[in-house]
Amino acid sequence: MTKIADGHILPMPAIHRRDLLALGAGGLLAASGLGSARAQTKAAPPPPSKPTGQVVVGLSQEPTAFNPLMPGIEVDETVWMQIFNTLWVADPKGNLIPDLAVEIPSETNGGISDGGLAWKVKLREGVTWHDGTPFTAEDVKYTLELIVAPGFKSRTRVGHAFVRDIKVTGPLEISWRMEKAYAPYLALLSNTYIVPKHLLEKAADPNTAPYNAAPVGTGPFKWGTRTPGDNIQLVANEKFHGKGPYLERAVLKYVPDQTALYAQFRTGQVDLIIGTGIPANFYAEAVKLPGRKVVKVPSASLEILMPNLEHPVLKDKAVRKALYASINKQAIIDIIYYGLHIPTESFAPQDSWAYNPGLPKQTYDLALANKILDDAGWKRSGSGTRMKDGVPLTFAVSTTTGAALREQTQQLMMQDWAQIGVKMTINNMPAAVIWGDFYTRSKFDSLVVGTAFRTVIDPDPAHRFGSDAIPAKSGNGANQMQWQNAEADALMKEGQTTFDQAKRKAIYFKLQELVREELPILPIYQYAPVEGYKEGLIGFEPNVNARQNTWNMGSWYWAR
Amino acid sequence: MSGFLLQRLMQAILLLLIVSMIGFAILHLAPGGPLSQFAAGGEMNQEDLDRIIEQLGLNRPMPVQYAEWLWRMLKGDWGLSYRDQQPVLHIIAGHLGPTLELMLTSTLLAMVIGAWIGIIGAVKRYSLFDGIATIGTMIALSIPTFWFGLVVIYVFSVGLGWLPSGNRFTIGDGSFLNRLHHLIGPCIVLALVSTAVWSRYMRSSMLDVINQDFVRTARAKGVPERRILMTHVLRNALLPMITITGLHVPSLLSGALVTETVFTWPGMGRLFLDSISYRDYPVVMGILMFTAVMVLLGSLLADLLYGVADPRIARSGR
Repeated sequence: MTKIADGHILPMPAIHRRDLLALGAGGLLAASGLGSARAQTKAAPPPPSKPTGQVVVGLSQEPTAFNPLMPGIEVDETVWMQIFNTLWVADPKGNLIPDLAVEIPSETNGGISDGGLAWKVKLREGVTWHDGTPFTAEDVKYTLELIVAPGFKSRTRVGHAFVRDIKVTGPLEISWRMEKAYAPYLALLSNTYIVPKHLLEKAADPNTAPYNAAPVGTGPFKWGTRTPGDNIQLVANEKFHGKGPYLERAVLKYVPDQTALYAQFRTGQVDLIIGTGIPANFYAEAVKLPGRKVVKVPSASLEILMPNLEHPVLKDKAVRKALYASINKQAIIDIIYYGLHIPTESFAPQDSWAYNPGLPKQTYDLALANKILDDAGWKRSGSGTRMKDGVPLTFAVSTTTGAALREQTQQLMMQDWAQIGVKMTINNMPAAVIWGDFYTRSKFDSLVVGTAFRTVIDPDPAHRFGSDAIPAKSGNGANQMQWQNAEADALMKEGQTTFDQAKRKAIYFKLQELVREELPILPIYQYAPVEGYKEGLIGFEPNVNARQNTWNMGSWYWAR
Repeated sequence: MSGFLLQRLMQAILLLLIVSMIGFAILHLAPGGPLSQFAAGGEMNQEDLDRIIEQLGLNRPMPVQYAEWLWRMLKGDWGLSYRDQQPVLHIIAGHLGPTLELMLTSTLLAMVIGAWIGIIGAVKRYSLFDGIATIGTMIALSIPTFWFGLVVIYVFSVGLGWLPSGNRFTIGDGSFLNRLHHLIGPCIVLALVSTAVWSRYMRSSMLDVINQDFVRTARAKGVPERRILMTHVLRNALLPMITITGLHVPSLLSGALVTETVFTWPGMGRLFLDSISYRDYPVVMGILMFTAVMVLLGSLLADLLYGVADPRIARSGR
């Protein structure tokens, strides 16, 4: 039993996400190996006794969707995380820590039973909405039902669509059944914000409710004001059920141009840059700025070459192997990206418990690439471009117009591939065009794209790799590569229905080996974005398992 | 007069209809759509995307979508932003204040300085002042705004620390002085180009009039030079300036895209850019219609003011 500041007794557990900070953000950062050499080493001073001061967080995209169940982009999450809570959250190591729930349901504690089909969740006592109304199991039921309600524009129904018979079994207890065993649902719930029934059910249409412009939640900060196109101000929720908040006000400041954002960080108008971060070309200068701490943060996103496996040339595994062997990854990372990013062989982020570190390392080897193509029967023609059965070895690589560094990557690839008799062309388009049907309906030859292959924080990539998840064929999923592999399908199915982490780990290790062998994606690097904050800000802690590093803003404060 | 207004009104309605059709078609025919950024993030799968496309009505034939949009527009309902879920009018109104603040200040500044440079330049034609003004104007007109904005930030904010590097005011301090301080940077950038334009127009307009017969007559009659300039020349030279002012009205309200972006000014220019890159159809159409109305009003205003400045025009046949 833990006693918290406002006198409430919390039943369980003792650990809350904000407690992690007792360790000191600097310590954790250094321990993760990702903090800069300048990470804090001194013990952090204690937090203020009441919320004090403000923090200005600089973002290069504007948060605009405030109902956390509706479609939004990643940056909207910076707001949701402050206003709302989820049943549990993932810490930087991937452990789930209870938040609105008192424990994580598992087969051991009886929260998950009947082979993963029956779920039961106990909720935290003493939580209130920002308007003072107590939080109950009815709110959770309402949330889960709203997500799948027919007319509701919900962000995603992945996982939620399997939920059946939701029952409120007590004011703070809820249970449901799943249509099929689905282990990633635990992770999905760590990203499912609970909304208040008493406010939203009154709305004639939850899609257009005024609530969506001034949300009420249970989180450490309350909705303050919004100046469209400029900033959002959040104010401390002094009745918050966890530790903190320690800041009186949090300002999310939108600065669209990344160079302008960096200038504002430099001149001190923003205290923090997160999200798209500090551009790579400013990294060397930024680490030397006095009074600023600049860190490489972990990210689950990968930069890959995504081949379309229905393309006459790219469907040949030998071609993909030869292309992969002739990508000069290290040059791309070192020369184009200032050495910031981390080469990778896997679709899983290297920080994940499911990451397989034993995959074969790609080496830049033009001779090998040539041999693979020779052996596969791709013969050099007069023009230098290889041919097989009358099909020339040529295809286009597309990416977003104006993404200068990716355009340079394309040029490097083009040069290398020309040497092995591959003719690559560039077919770039503006973002709104390329990421429309061209991408989702697999109309591309190949793409240079930054994306992630997991379900929220769960290693399950079934919606990206499954044969039944090809949008151009079945209308669902996000397998734009159009990869079909029976062995992979079986592994992913097994991974979804197994709740034992050790067993799942073995499954995903094998899947990573298979993907590395079959190359439905050609991984280039795992992102290591650069974020920065003003010295004296205590509590900033990068978390690869949170969509934004404002995940623990309730426990930030200034050393005075 | 009322006949003239009625005729202009009919023209305006027809024009607005054409503008809306073309705008709507271009926007909706362009590949990609408002949901592409959700797809790019990889968070939503095809099923989710398709469901939302259907809920937004984007899967229906374009003429149907247009007719519906037009009907709602006529009823005063400009729709909800896809990005914000807020009424379009509300969003436009929210960005209008900052734009007016910036554009009015810089335009007034540019008009006063530009007119002054233009008048002196015309009166003292081919003098040293005129030469410097001409060269300066050419330079000002050829400097890219984006680059100049960055230079101002680099020199005055990063280097000297005199000016803030952007924003409308310091968050937590909305005082008048603070706002004024923040206005300086973007105003310098915007005023530079406008001053050049104004001074050029003013100079040539003045020169046109100075060489007219009635000015020569006035001089011959021995009217003092100062009075000739103030009553005869300036008054007539202002006529074309009124047209330019009228045509300038829409830009006061539609903002300065580049400057607003560089200086993080939450105005209409930025809103337009953001809405286009997001394919936020209702907002883009809203801004388009709003700007079209402003252009029509601006030119109408210019015509009416013309009559005030030169009663002969007002009397002739309207």
